[in-house]
Amino acid sequence: MAERPGSRPRVALFVTCMVDTLYPRVGMAAVDLLERHGADVVFPHEQTCCGQPAFNAGYRADARRMARHFLAVFWPLIDQRRIDAIVAPSGSCVAMVRHFYRILFDEAASDEDRRRALQVGAATYELTEYLVDVLGVEVIDAQVKGKLTYHPCCHLLRELGVDAQPRRLLAGLRGAELVELPGADECCGFGGLFALKNAEISTAMGRRKARNLAASGADLVVMNDVSCMTHLNGILKRQGHRCRAVHIAELLNRVDEHGSADRDPTNAR
Amino acid sequence: MRVDVRAPYKVRVRQALGDEAMRTALDRATEQMSARCAEAMAAVDAPRLRDEARRIREHAIEHLPELLEALERNLTANGCHVHWARDAEEARQTVLNIAHRHRVRQVVKSKSMLTEEIRLNKALERAAIDVVETDLGEYIIQLAGEPPSHIITPIIHKRIEDVSELLQRELGVPPTNDPADICATARRELRREFLRADMGISGCNFAIAETGTICIITNEGNGRMVTSMPRLYVALAGIEMLLWQVASRSATGQDVSVYFTLSSGPRRPGHPDGPDEMHVILLDNGRSRILERGYREALLCIRCGACINVCPVYREIGGHAYGDTAYSGPIGAVITPLLAENVAAAKELPFASSLCAACRDACPVKIDLPRLLLDLRHDVVQRKASPVLERVAVRAYSETVERPGRYRLAARLARWVTRLIAGGKDREISRLPPPLNAWTRTRVFPSFAARSFHEQWRRREHRDMRPPTE
Repeated sequence: MAERPGSRPRVALFVTCMVDTLYPRVGMAAVDLLERHGADVVFPHEQTCCGQPAFNAGYRADARRMARHFLAVFWPLIDQRRIDAIVAPSGSCVAMVRHFYRILFDEAASDEDRRRALQVGAATYELTEYLVDVLGVEVIDAQVKGKLTYHPCCHLLRELGVDAQPRRLLAGLRGAELVELPGADECCGFGGLFALKNAEISTAMGRRKARNLAASGADLVVMNDVSCMTHLNGILKRQGHRCRAVHIAELLNRVDEHGSADRDPTNAR
Repeated sequence: MRVDVRAPYKVRVRQALGDEAMRTALDRATEQMSARCAEAMAAVDAPRLRDEARRIREHAIEHLPELLEALERNLTANGCHVHWARDAEEARQTVLNIAHRHRVRQVVKSKSMLTEEIRLNKALERAAIDVVETDLGEYIIQLAGEPPSHIITPIIHKRIEDVSELLQRELGVPPTNDPADICATARRELRREFLRADMGISGCNFAIAETGTICIITNEGNGRMVTSMPRLYVALAGIEMLLWQVASRSATGQDVSVYFTLSSGPRRPGHPDGPDEMHVILLDNGRSRILERGYREALLCIRCGACINVCPVYREIGGHAYGDTAYSGPIGAVITPLLAENVAAAKELPFASSLCAACRDACPVKIDLPRLLLDLRHDVVQRKASPVLERVAVRAYSETVERPGRYRLAARLARWVTRLIAGGKDREISRLPPPLNAWTRTRVFPSFAARSFHEQWRRREHRDMRPPTE
């Protein structure tokens, strides 16, 4: 077991495949936030993807294969108490591990797989959920300029029931004006492979969200999933909207008082 | 009708998305309906009521055989004729036999999705029997020659302007945008039909086993006329629409619907009103197969339409895009493929959802609709009915994901490729080859990061010997 200074909780970051490859800065921001608010972060290098894309499209055998890999990487850490929790900057991937692994390891699965899935599921948290509920963070000292609004991603809101936590953290930001988003609870239209298989419906839903964003007057729409963020930014940019979608970890991690808030967070790499 | 319900799925979706009048109508109505429903549910102890409603429905489905036997016994004791129908054909034939025996020329109907499911009107018309729908919405779409596009608001796809134009054309009444005027016109026209009809046909919101009673819930009073004015009354009930004892806020956002009609048999000696004969047709049409296939949860549905009103997909495409089916929206995407074993619908409808779960949270009997959609998708994949390219891609992806070395290599490859084809200072991709052009036709895609998180973390470990990796 690694040395554990004081009583700081130790978390393993599950960075998720999309953050890993498309938005590593979101992962780095998550690490900074966790470390600054009292957790030690480890990063198991063998991690890849939770398997949700395959599961949602109906490919349970493929999803199970990916889930087994996830469990092989994270379960020993949990079981041997080398970490206290797994934290991911995504509501959707956490919903997969916490809820949908139970479906995946309900059918053809061994008792051992099921036990591991339940154990890992119970120890996996979404980033803002972990910051607020476990680390007890109430206010994050960060400075943001402009008008902000919040889009609750569907899996975060309806599968995990996490809503108050990100909203509370956003309310504590300095300099931000929080504005109301009409139809905030409506899906943005991403939906995994749905965005490709039903691209026209997905686009119509995204455009509706873009219209609501324009009506809100927000410069930035904050959310907890980079998948929905990619879809929305894709539409906002193509349609020439001013508003941009940004991941909450990046926004909360704007500690630099000398202008980092002015940088367009969607371009920073 | 702009959406051809018999066209292939992709065509229907495109027609629906291009129908601006319909989308305006849907926007107006769904916004109002979902707000009203949310308000009505907030006024009561919704979690407790939903739990209770679910328990009542679960009890009914668990005890289906006993309840059906009791229902038949008690209906018969009340003087009703009970008929069993295995499928749509048997149900249609039963209605036709009753009609022929009594030389029926004209039928009035109250709104019933079950009769839409079995396409009863067409069968009656083919037998030279006039059929008149008496629910206002159904009356209007019958005049328009269209199928309903929503379980409880069949003309949700029409703006009031479209309705006015239709009535002007079909009935020669002056144009109006006042619902009260439209209602008065229908009332005047329908009064004649009620007086002329030989047979009334209704569906059944609930059948009560203990008392042998058929319940229908309506808002316009037409249901009462249908069940009591003509000399014959025929009720059609799905075998799952059964309760032992009685229990609409979730549907229309009313505290309670205006008319709750209970029919427990024909007119008895001394009764001034009521039909001379009452028939009840209990229809399976795929319902017991739904039980066998493990989709019991889908049979809990009470057809209130709450899931449809909150569905963001329905809101964009409306009911006709779900095809030639009585049921649209999330519950339609589940039961249309199950009821008819409709192979084409099974391949398409369960995927017409972003799995946002708004439907599950709105359902008054807490049906886990996203779970049912996921299970149906799994069935499609199990049957090897999903697209070959998709199967190959998912397999390749999963085999990459379970091997970290291969995953990291694939990520590097994807980075090179995307950064090669990306343009502009934002390094964004505006065009991808098929099938990924489904994304880039309407959305830009970001290129992969110059250094993945994996690589950045390794650097960080080397640089400052931060906490070690597990």
